[in-house]
Amino acid sequence: MNWILALPEIVLACIGMAILVFGVLRKQDETQLCTMFTIGGFLIAGLLVISGAGGSGYHGQFVADSFAAFNKILILIGGALTAVLALDWNRKEGIGRFEFPVLMLFATVGMMIMTSSSNLMTMYLGLELQSLALYVLAAFARDDVRSSEAGLKYFVLSSLASGLLLYGVSLVYGFSGTMDFNQLSAMLTAPSDASPGLIVGVVFVLVGLAFKVSAVPFHMWTPDVYEGAPTPVTVFFASAPKVAAMALLLRVMATPFGHLLVSWQSLIVIMAICSMVLGALAAIGQTNIKRLMAYSSIGHMGYALAGLAVGTSEGVRGVLVYMAIYAAMTIGTFGCILAMRRQGKSVEKISDLSGLSSNDPALALALAVFMFSLAGIPLMSGFFAKLYIFLAAVQGGLWTLAVVGVLTSVVGAFYYIRIIKVMYFDQPGEAFDPRPAGLSVVVAATGLFTAFFFLFPAPVVDAAQVAAKVIFR
Amino acid sequence: MNAAGFPILSLITWLPLLGGLVILSVRGDEATVASNARWTALWTSLIVLVLSLVLWVKFDPTDGGFQFVESLAWLPQYKVGYKMGVDGISVLFVLLSTVLTPLCILASWESIQTRVREFMISFLILETMMVGMFCALDFIVFYMFFEAVLIPMYLIIGVWGGPRRVYAAVKFFLYTLTGSVLMLLALLAMWLYAGTTDIPTLMETKFPAGMQTWLFLAFLASFAVKVPMWPVHTWLPDAHVEAPTAGSVILAGVLLKMGGYGFLRFSIPMLPDASAYFAPFMFTMSVIAVIYTSLVALAQEDMKKLIAYSSVAHMGIVTIGMFTFNEQGIQGALFQMLSHGVVSAALFLVVGVVYDRIHSREIARYGGLADRMPAYAFVFMLFTMASVGLPGTAGFVGEFLVIVGALQVNFWVAMLGGAGMILGAAYMLYLYRRVMFGRITRDDLLHIMDLSPREWAVFAPLIVLTMWMGIYPSSFTGFWDASVAAMVKHHLAALESTVKLAGIAH
Repeated sequence: MNWILALPEIVLACIGMAILVFGVLRKQDETQLCTMFTIGGFLIAGLLVISGAGGSGYHGQFVADSFAAFNKILILIGGALTAVLALDWNRKEGIGRFEFPVLMLFATVGMMIMTSSSNLMTMYLGLELQSLALYVLAAFARDDVRSSEAGLKYFVLSSLASGLLLYGVSLVYGFSGTMDFNQLSAMLTAPSDASPGLIVGVVFVLVGLAFKVSAVPFHMWTPDVYEGAPTPVTVFFASAPKVAAMALLLRVMATPFGHLLVSWQSLIVIMAICSMVLGALAAIGQTNIKRLMAYSSIGHMGYALAGLAVGTSEGVRGVLVYMAIYAAMTIGTFGCILAMRRQGKSVEKISDLSGLSSNDPALALALAVFMFSLAGIPLMSGFFAKLYIFLAAVQGGLWTLAVVGVLTSVVGAFYYIRIIKVMYFDQPGEAFDPRPAGLSVVVAATGLFTAFFFLFPAPVVDAAQVAAKVIFR
Repeated sequence: MNAAGFPILSLITWLPLLGGLVILSVRGDEATVASNARWTALWTSLIVLVLSLVLWVKFDPTDGGFQFVESLAWLPQYKVGYKMGVDGISVLFVLLSTVLTPLCILASWESIQTRVREFMISFLILETMMVGMFCALDFIVFYMFFEAVLIPMYLIIGVWGGPRRVYAAVKFFLYTLTGSVLMLLALLAMWLYAGTTDIPTLMETKFPAGMQTWLFLAFLASFAVKVPMWPVHTWLPDAHVEAPTAGSVILAGVLLKMGGYGFLRFSIPMLPDASAYFAPFMFTMSVIAVIYTSLVALAQEDMKKLIAYSSVAHMGIVTIGMFTFNEQGIQGALFQMLSHGVVSAALFLVVGVVYDRIHSREIARYGGLADRMPAYAFVFMLFTMASVGLPGTAGFVGEFLVIVGALQVNFWVAMLGGAGMILGAAYMLYLYRRVMFGRITRDDLLHIMDLSPREWAVFAPLIVLTMWMGIYPSSFTGFWDASVAAMVKHHLAALESTVKLAGIAH
């Protein structure tokens, strides 16, 4: 039994428990210190992931390969940046408690287990560890009605999705006799090998996971939870868990059920098209920028699913590149949204941004870069994300998907450039409060990555290529 | 490395961006920043102009291939590289961009008073994107520049434009973006078929006839919006009217040429069969554009709108010329694009002169200006004549060559295209009469100032260019003789091979 494989997760979980004990035993408020410890824990886990050995352990239930490593690094970076953003905001909103970074940390452990799972049981354990921590986080501003509502909504709907997922898992187990990904893969080498019951099981698993990535038609929770949850939690929701859920979806569809492509491909195509269309159209009428970003994330998940629908390693490569770029853009955008505070109170209307370019040119420039990037305009990283997806779709002959994809990206561009319009063309409003230093650093780092990705695309693309080769053989 | 001994094209492309970064770093109070931004932008664009003149001198017109080629690995595993190079077709467009940019900066010297720094940065970024697009020899690199042009132009129209600027900016953005994303799909399909995005290689690749049709339509969606062809031209009058003078100049002078350049660089050489198949369709659309928009121009009340519609008509002549597939036609189209780049840019500057003084573009607001502004009247007259196509000015050569080329293909196309010239004379002279002649009826026009030295500095190079192109066109056509000849030969050979293949199949 090769327990070293899970060393990053084990170490991170131990650090989490240590911080929890530390926070409880100290009498005074130690939020800042706990956040620093958490970021330190993410760093250590990241180093362990990079230097760690590869292979399969725990009787084939856990696998550490380059696909898992790629996603874990993304998740850890996302978690660390969110922790930085959350620190100042939570303090100002009066919800700066040390449990916040600890909950994030445990959610992150869950996500890391998700990306490494090689068995339907491990998958479910990771997913639930993540979800339980996220339920609490969504309701973290416990005196705020909207936050409590978001937490409750997320809990109820997510439990339903988990139930569906478990039902699917039991069907798969019942009709095949195993939950191990590799054994399933060996058993199902052709579509004809799968009994109808097993296919139903696969569909239920797919539905459960589609809920987690908020793909249409399982997206209903997203706008409400994004809007209601405290903004740092929304940042977290939009970045790391999305990466983890997408990674899990990729692995489950590709490894055990990869040979059943014809059975599930059309489902993914439909979900991708619906997500792209709904994400583009529903966002147009939004006035709340967090809600707008919720619809935008639905749309972006549609593009990512388009890569999965192709069912080749090129497609998976596209998804991985997409998720990396998307995580950076989203964290940066939300960093800008977190900076929207007037007289100590946070504001989240799009019209509150009016004339930002005269009040705070640097922030306006950063947000403009993110918006152009989310719209997929070249030279920004968002263009390359879409490029690899469409390349794979065209290669796979999925022309409908490609054409719908580019056209919805034009519709999407409408509301992204509307934000730029508000910032640059409208009359300036009242200035925002000064930005905290941590926020500026995060926004600057993600902004530089987004704007100058085109100079050095190779490292990310190569890493994604290696990772994609692992799961689609 | 290349004829210049250093990576001149990359330097011309990226230097303006560097200038933009320098302007970004300027600190101080608003007046200092504005003045520094103006001077830095002017000097940067002048240095770029000098560098592009080096390009002009060192260019070897006898060579029909690509020159000054630079190549860098960018995404080697996908055979995508950063590759730059110019041939006879693109080199003069590079020059057109680098000549117009300093003139635009000069023209905005006083008319732009708010957010001067941001304006100058946007303009320099715009120059980088335009030049990069004409130099790119890799399709992905081309596409990136082609679409990135939208960002600075959107901001220029939206921030410094007129009252309906937001509508115009958004319309401009979405129209052109819709076209370009369809081209992106075509580009991906070509990439997968040929295994590379290297433009010279793609030109040699023979795409199956069925695929060519779809690719052509996708390219058409993009380039037709940019040119713009009837009926997708409606964004242009809006954008022109609302854009600041310098924005209109670049829009008319360079951005419209991106569509024409796209047809010449991609559609015709890479998709010869589909181009030949769609040529009658292109002729029809172009002829409609010429006649229809000329008639619309006659009815305009706004000077900029009138010139905008005349641009659509002139670009219709360009598309007629390109799809004749003979040397006269294509040379004429190229010449027409170049002369339109100079003349319509100049006409927008001419409008900008009175707009700066009176703040109105309404034709009825003026009248009798010739009495008060003799120098202005002279400049306006010269460019009006050039736009009409008077022999001896730039406008004549291009239209003449296109009609000669069209006559070899179809009499009616030539005839109706020629009718556009007559209508052109009508609306331009009518405009001139209403603005310049007659009696001054308004008090503020009595004290209107004639051209200032700065404005002379803007117009002088354009006047010289217009006359030079009209009197001695060979110094320009000489650049692309070899390239166009190679292109026509390549096109005919490609069509012949298709016919042969069809013969074998039957």
